[in-house]
Amino acid sequence: MGRPFVLPDLGEGLTEAEVVAVLVHEGDVIAEDAPLLAVETDKAQVEIPSPIGGRVETIHVAPGQTVQVGAVLVTFADAAAAGAAAPAPSAPRPAPSRPVEPGPARAGGAVPATPATRRLGRELGIDLRAVQGTGRGGRVTDDDVRSAAGAGARGSAPAASAAAPPRARPAKPLSRAGAELPPLPRFEQWGPVERAPLSHLRRTIAERMALSASVVPHVTHFDRADITELDALVRGNLDAARARGVPLTLTSFLLKAAALALAAHPQFNASLDDAAGELILKRYYHLGIAVATDRGLIVPVIRDVDRKPLLEVARELAGLAQRVRDGKAALDDLRGGTFTVTNIGALGGTGAIPIINYPEVAILAVARAREEAVVRDGRIVVRLLLPLTLTFDHRVADGADGARFAAEIVRLLEHPDQLRLEL
Amino acid sequence: MVMGDLVREVDVVVVGGGPGGYSAAFRCAELGLETVVVDAGKRLGGACLYEGCIPSKALLHVAAVVHEVERARDIGLSYGEPKISLPQLRAWMDDRVVTKLARGLAGVARSRGVEVIGGRAVFEDSRGLRVEGDEPQKIRFKHAVIATGSLPAGLPGFPDAGARVMDSTGALALPDVPERLLVVGGGYIGLELGTVYAALGSQVTLVEMTDGLLPGVDRDLVQPLARRIDKLFAAVHLKTRVTAMREVGARVEAEIEGHGAQSFDRALVAVGRRAQSAGLGLEATRVHVDARGVIPVDDRCKTSDPHIYAVGDVTGEPMLAHRAMRQGKVAAEVIGGRPAAFDNAAVPAVVFTDPEVAWCGLTEREAKQSNQPVKVARFSWAASGRAATLGRSDGLTKLIVDHDSGRVLGVGVVGPGAGELIAEGTLAVETAALVEDLAATIHAHPTLAESFMEAAQSLLIEPLH
Repeated sequence: MGRPFVLPDLGEGLTEAEVVAVLVHEGDVIAEDAPLLAVETDKAQVEIPSPIGGRVETIHVAPGQTVQVGAVLVTFADAAAAGAAAPAPSAPRPAPSRPVEPGPARAGGAVPATPATRRLGRELGIDLRAVQGTGRGGRVTDDDVRSAAGAGARGSAPAASAAAPPRARPAKPLSRAGAELPPLPRFEQWGPVERAPLSHLRRTIAERMALSASVVPHVTHFDRADITELDALVRGNLDAARARGVPLTLTSFLLKAAALALAAHPQFNASLDDAAGELILKRYYHLGIAVATDRGLIVPVIRDVDRKPLLEVARELAGLAQRVRDGKAALDDLRGGTFTVTNIGALGGTGAIPIINYPEVAILAVARAREEAVVRDGRIVVRLLLPLTLTFDHRVADGADGARFAAEIVRLLEHPDQLRLEL
Repeated sequence: MVMGDLVREVDVVVVGGGPGGYSAAFRCAELGLETVVVDAGKRLGGACLYEGCIPSKALLHVAAVVHEVERARDIGLSYGEPKISLPQLRAWMDDRVVTKLARGLAGVARSRGVEVIGGRAVFEDSRGLRVEGDEPQKIRFKHAVIATGSLPAGLPGFPDAGARVMDSTGALALPDVPERLLVVGGGYIGLELGTVYAALGSQVTLVEMTDGLLPGVDRDLVQPLARRIDKLFAAVHLKTRVTAMREVGARVEAEIEGHGAQSFDRALVAVGRRAQSAGLGLEATRVHVDARGVIPVDDRCKTSDPHIYAVGDVTGEPMLAHRAMRQGKVAAEVIGGRPAAFDNAAVPAVVFTDPEVAWCGLTEREAKQSNQPVKVARFSWAASGRAATLGRSDGLTKLIVDHDSGRVLGVGVVGPGAGELIAEGTLAVETAALVEDLAATIHAHPTLAESFMEAAQSLLIEPLH
């Protein structure tokens, strides 16, 4: 009797994945956690480890195939390992904790909708009582729920199913604006064209960026940090760090500075639950770092940057970037971010205005640092200046908030002794 | 090692192996959570399987056969007087019904890797409990689901259930067929068990405190049953109290208001059930328990302790197994991080008497009390072809419909098979169906289910001028 292994719940609303490679053969005996398949999801290419050790009896999928969560990928011959019968589930997320009003369980159900539609509402975080039903007899339909959730809510929806923090007071949903795109002209009339299908990743980036740009009112703040001293610090410690196997980079200092500044400006380490009309403040600082790969942009996440020594951040950053470029990142490397940093310095330019990585509310871009002539105490001196661009969600914070937050990052970069380096 | 030091760590511990408990446990296991059940009897099924729904329905089936045979005389078919072998009946009920189903549940538990631990669970804090009894141990859990159910309620100032004064559990053990049986309480338990004993040959006297049987249910649904009960039972006393009751030798002496002292062979006290939350050590947790012992929960089946859920009878009315099962699944899915909620619009209620009475959603009485504008459609089974062929034209199907939208808000059925028929009504209410949906759905002919279509159609007819 075989043990089926199904595509596990990938989290974050991912319902399917494309098989990129099958890394085992039928008949192989593999160890627990050995890489089984490489799949590409809406988020990235990831390797799926084997939940158990044993002999691979049958492989049910082939490269290029798109599989749904719950589909059987591989069947193992009956393994000796006890307790391996069930596929490894994703870690159970904490259940919602709402205050309990004493009183009997409410039979509820005043909303005219089928149970399946009501479930959809919960998945999308939509309170059906606030939705006008367009079905006959006022029935709330799936379409009503989806349009209430906004056209692009597909990818980001399951936030509703994770921990719902206690609410201080009742809140109500914001209204949403959306626009239908007009049809494209026939470009062929002006010359030959070619159509290339978007890759999974490209499509995801397209959808997420369009969602962010259309839903979030972006505002951008510019600043510059004098990193002459920081640069000297980095250079002065390069060898010592390398001796410990860590490539020290400016980016790790940026991450550290951003995390510390976020702690002082929590509204930038947040998400807006517009269906509930609430700001969700995250009490953890998991920073995403934009990594360019030959397949497209991927944003792996370093957890608890505020609490980690700088060398540890640098070490993780190097390992993570490599895994991402090799297409070997685990799904957990790619989710849970609260703020994103993108460093385009290596590619030149004098500055860039990034788009927020929704549902985060702010993103920091830095361009190449340049030596410039600066007036100090009435004299012209040469200093190394780093252009910073902070883009944030104007629904959540105002220009003055953004200026203060950026100034805090600048201050920390200009006073590296305050970065709590623990090199 | 001292036994008490054994600490087991699990994702989910379910306290109580009844329908709410095993539904929660099975779903948790499906979601990949390591789950154990602590049950005092080290078995799954609970009161429902061992001393409630299942055995009572087995006995009601016997009663239905007896009554069917009696009715057959009117259409020219007679078998003579029934001979009832109690030992054989008990053996059938125990072996072929209860034990068979219990084996099935145990098999499901095995196949899903859900271990059932025998003993009494006592919470020590919000993340741990100890099991007292044959398998003493400590369990640390990430989540707990309390599913300890309910117990038959006694009457204050009356003797506890004993040899002759029985509660529903005692009555289902079928100790004998008493010549005279007093039933205290005209709710569904008193009516169902009274019907069983009457069919087996007892003279049943029913005493109900309120002015009608099945308090709270629409009177037009109760009426056909009340007429039948009047014939079946020796006496039905409404708006009447039993003021005193005691066991004297092999008799039960009862003082019945307005009817003097009467002597019975046995008495059944069926005045409801009460939540069973005592002795669980909940004071060591943050679980709130109300004065009646009920544990209030929200629509995620969460108690006021973030790690502890509760499902089923222990969370209060309606104390019905199928509600508990749905709650159990909801609790499991919430624990598993899924967006589940107990937001059902309709919890069907069924009284398995003859005729059966079933209803769900809004009742006509509730609509009146809350001044909710509704239209009510009634279809009498006197006009049903299928009812005529069964010799049972005493049924009624009714729909309670939102006045403006035509949405079906409540459904009631009385008649043979009402317990099965109500499923269509429940689906209609749960899915917010319109009367037109029912009227336009083809129902097989001739069936009793056609009565839904007919009732719905009656609301769609334009009034004639």
